[in-house]
Amino acid sequence: MHNPDSIISTRDLEIGFPARGRRRPSTTTVARHIDVSLHRGAVVCLLGPNGSGKSTLIRTLAGLHAPLSGAIHLSGEEIGRLSIREISRELSTVLTDRLTIGNLSVYELVAFGRLPYTGWFGSLDRKDEEKVAWAIESTGIESFVDRDVLHLSDGERQKVMIARALAQDTSAILLDEPTAHLDLPNRVAIIRLLRRLAHDTRKAVLLSTHELDLALKAADSLWLIDRQGRVVTGTPEDLVLDGTFEAVFAQDSFDFDRATGSFRLHEPSKGPICLHGAAEGVFWTRRALERSGYRVSESDGTALRVKVQPTAEGFRWDISCEEEHYTCDSVRDLINKLGKLES
Amino acid sequence: MTDQPKDHNRSYRTGIRPLYFLLLGAGVAGLFLLNLALGSVDIPLPDILRILWGGEVQEPAWQKILINIRLPRAVTAILAGSALSVAGLLMQTLFRNPLAGPSVLGITAGASLGVAVVMLAGGTITTIFAIRELTALGSWLIILAASIGSAAVLLLILLISVRVRDNVTLLIIGLMVGNMTIALVSIWQYFSRPEQIQDYLIWTFGSLGGVPLGQLWMLGAITLAGGGMAMILSKSLNGLLLGENYARSMGLSVSRARLWIIVSTSLLAGGITAFCGPIGFVGIAVPHLTRSLLGTNEHRVLVPGTLLMGAMLLLGCDVIAQMPGSTATLPISAVTSMVGSPVVIWVIIQRKNLQASF
Repeated sequence: MHNPDSIISTRDLEIGFPARGRRRPSTTTVARHIDVSLHRGAVVCLLGPNGSGKSTLIRTLAGLHAPLSGAIHLSGEEIGRLSIREISRELSTVLTDRLTIGNLSVYELVAFGRLPYTGWFGSLDRKDEEKVAWAIESTGIESFVDRDVLHLSDGERQKVMIARALAQDTSAILLDEPTAHLDLPNRVAIIRLLRRLAHDTRKAVLLSTHELDLALKAADSLWLIDRQGRVVTGTPEDLVLDGTFEAVFAQDSFDFDRATGSFRLHEPSKGPICLHGAAEGVFWTRRALERSGYRVSESDGTALRVKVQPTAEGFRWDISCEEEHYTCDSVRDLINKLGKLES
Repeated sequence: MTDQPKDHNRSYRTGIRPLYFLLLGAGVAGLFLLNLALGSVDIPLPDILRILWGGEVQEPAWQKILINIRLPRAVTAILAGSALSVAGLLMQTLFRNPLAGPSVLGITAGASLGVAVVMLAGGTITTIFAIRELTALGSWLIILAASIGSAAVLLLILLISVRVRDNVTLLIIGLMVGNMTIALVSIWQYFSRPEQIQDYLIWTFGSLGGVPLGQLWMLGAITLAGGGMAMILSKSLNGLLLGENYARSMGLSVSRARLWIIVSTSLLAGGITAFCGPIGFVGIAVPHLTRSLLGTNEHRVLVPGTLLMGAMLLLGCDVIAQMPGSTATLPISAVTSMVGSPVVIWVIIQRKNLQASF
C-alpha cells in the first residue's frame, strides 16, 4: 500500500557499477539490500565514511544512475516507468558538479529550474516567473540576482543552486554534500534554510554530508551507510544510543563520545583528573585537559582534582593534589601547573 | 511563508537587450552595403540601392557586376559567418569548453577529407570544375561529402567523449583526430596528379566568391536549417550549461540533444566548408565576442546574437580581404585568422580569463 507521505521508497535496492570491459571486469556493488523511504516535510541526512557510496545512492535515487537491482518508487510509481521529464517534476537535485560557466546572471540560472515546465523554446510564462521570484525570495538571494554566477562566493553559489532546485517545484530535493567547502556560518545557514523549506513547503529533503555534528542536530532521521555497504536508518538519537552510529564510524584512534555527542580526537595517556564546578568553565577546561592527554572524569576518588569557580572577572581554577592546594587564573596556568606537578 | 509567491510585481528579468540587437543589425546592414560598394569598379551607393530595389541604372555593366559577383559574395559572407559561428557556439556548449570550435575539434578537417575524397578519388573528370559543371547535383555531392566527413569526425570524438569525461583531454583528442585527418589528406595529395592537387589547394584557401548566384539558395537552406535547429535547441543548450547531470535532472534528454547538436553542427560546418573551403577562427571567436557583448549565456538570446555577430565579422573580414584601393584579393581564411586572433586575445585579457568569457 502506498503511503501518500512517502515520496521515494526503495525495496531491496542494490547500487553500484555494472561490469564494463577490461577496466571493470565484474560488477562492483556499493551497497545492497537498501530499504529506505523519504517522507514529506522531513530532513534526512545521509552519512557514511568516505567512499561508502553516498553520492552513488543520491544519483541512483535521482534517476541519474541505473540501479543494479531492486526497485525505486517515486510517489508510488516505479521510477523506470516514468519519463525523465516526469521525474524532473518530482525530484530536483543539487550536485557536487562544479559550475564552470560565467556570463549568466543569478536570475537566469534560477530560471533554468523551470525547464521541466516550459515549452519547446523555454519561455517563462507568468506562473514560471512567480515560481522563480518565490524561489529567490525563499532562499534570501534577492540582493544579488543580477550578479554574474561566476562572481559568487561558495556559500552564495550553494544558495543559488538550492533556489534553482526550488524553482523546479518538486516534492523532494536531493542534495549531494551541500555544505562541503563552506565555512561554519554558511554551513549552519544552509542547513537552517533546508530545515525551514522542509517545514514550510512540506518538501522532502535528503542531503549527504560529512558534518556528523551538524547531521546529528539537524536531521529528522539518518541514513547510515557502513563500510560493508549496509544502510541503517533511524532517528539520530536512537542510532547513537543503540551504538549503531559508533559502529559505522569506528576506526582506529577515532571514537565517538556518547556523553558529548562528538568525537574524541585525543587518546588519554596521563592519569585521571576529577573535574567539577561551573558548567561553562568545566566544558572548556575539559577540552584543554583532554588535549593535553588527561583522562577526565566526574567521579571522585582520583588523586588530582580541579574545581572551576566563577569569579568577578571570569573563572578561577583550584587544584588539589593529595594535601596540596594551588590556584590558577587561566587555563594556560592550569595546564602548566599540572605539568609541573606531574614531573 | 506559504507556497505562493508574495511579491508579484517585482521582476528580475534581465531582458533580451534590444539595443544591442539593433546595433548588430545595423552593423550587418552597413557592412553589407560597404561590401557591395567595394571593388575595382566604382558604383555609387544610390545606384547600388536602386539596383537592389530592382530599378534601372544608366550602366548595364554595373547591374551585372553587382548581381552576379558582388551580391553572391556578400550574401555568402553573411551566411557563412552566421553558420560557422553558430556551429562554434554549439560545440562550445556541448563540450562545455571555451576552446572548442569546428576547426579545433577537427570537424573542418573532416569536411576537408570528405571533399578530398570526392576531388581526388575519381579520375581526371572529377575536378572541382567538372563538378561545378554538374551544377546543383555536383554541389550537393561536395556538400554531402563534406557533411559526412565532418559528421564522421564529430561522431568519433563523441564516442571517445563517452569514455573521457575530462574536457581538456577531449580537446586534445579532437586536435589529434584533426591532425590524423589532415595527414590522411596529405598522403592522398602526395599520390595525386598536380592538376587535381591544385584544385584542392585553391579550395583550402577559402573563398567567399566561389558560390554562383544560382546555388546561393543551397547555402541559405543549410544555414536556415542549421540555425533553426540551433534556435530550437536553445532550451537544451541552456540545460547543458550546468552539465549533463543537471540537464537530465531537469528533464532534458541529453542523448537526443547531443545527437541534434551533432547533426546541426556537421550540417553547418560541413556545408559551409564545402562551398567556401575551410574558414578558420570564426567559429571559435564569434561566440566569445557575442557573450562579451551581450553578457549572457542564455541561448535564446545568444544564438540569434551569434548569428548576427558572425555575419558582421565575416563581412568585415571580407572588406579587408578585398584590400580597398587595390585589385588583389587575400584568401579569406588568412584574413579571419589575422584579424580575429588579436580580437580574441584582447577579449580574454579584458575578462581576465577564457573561462570568465565563456
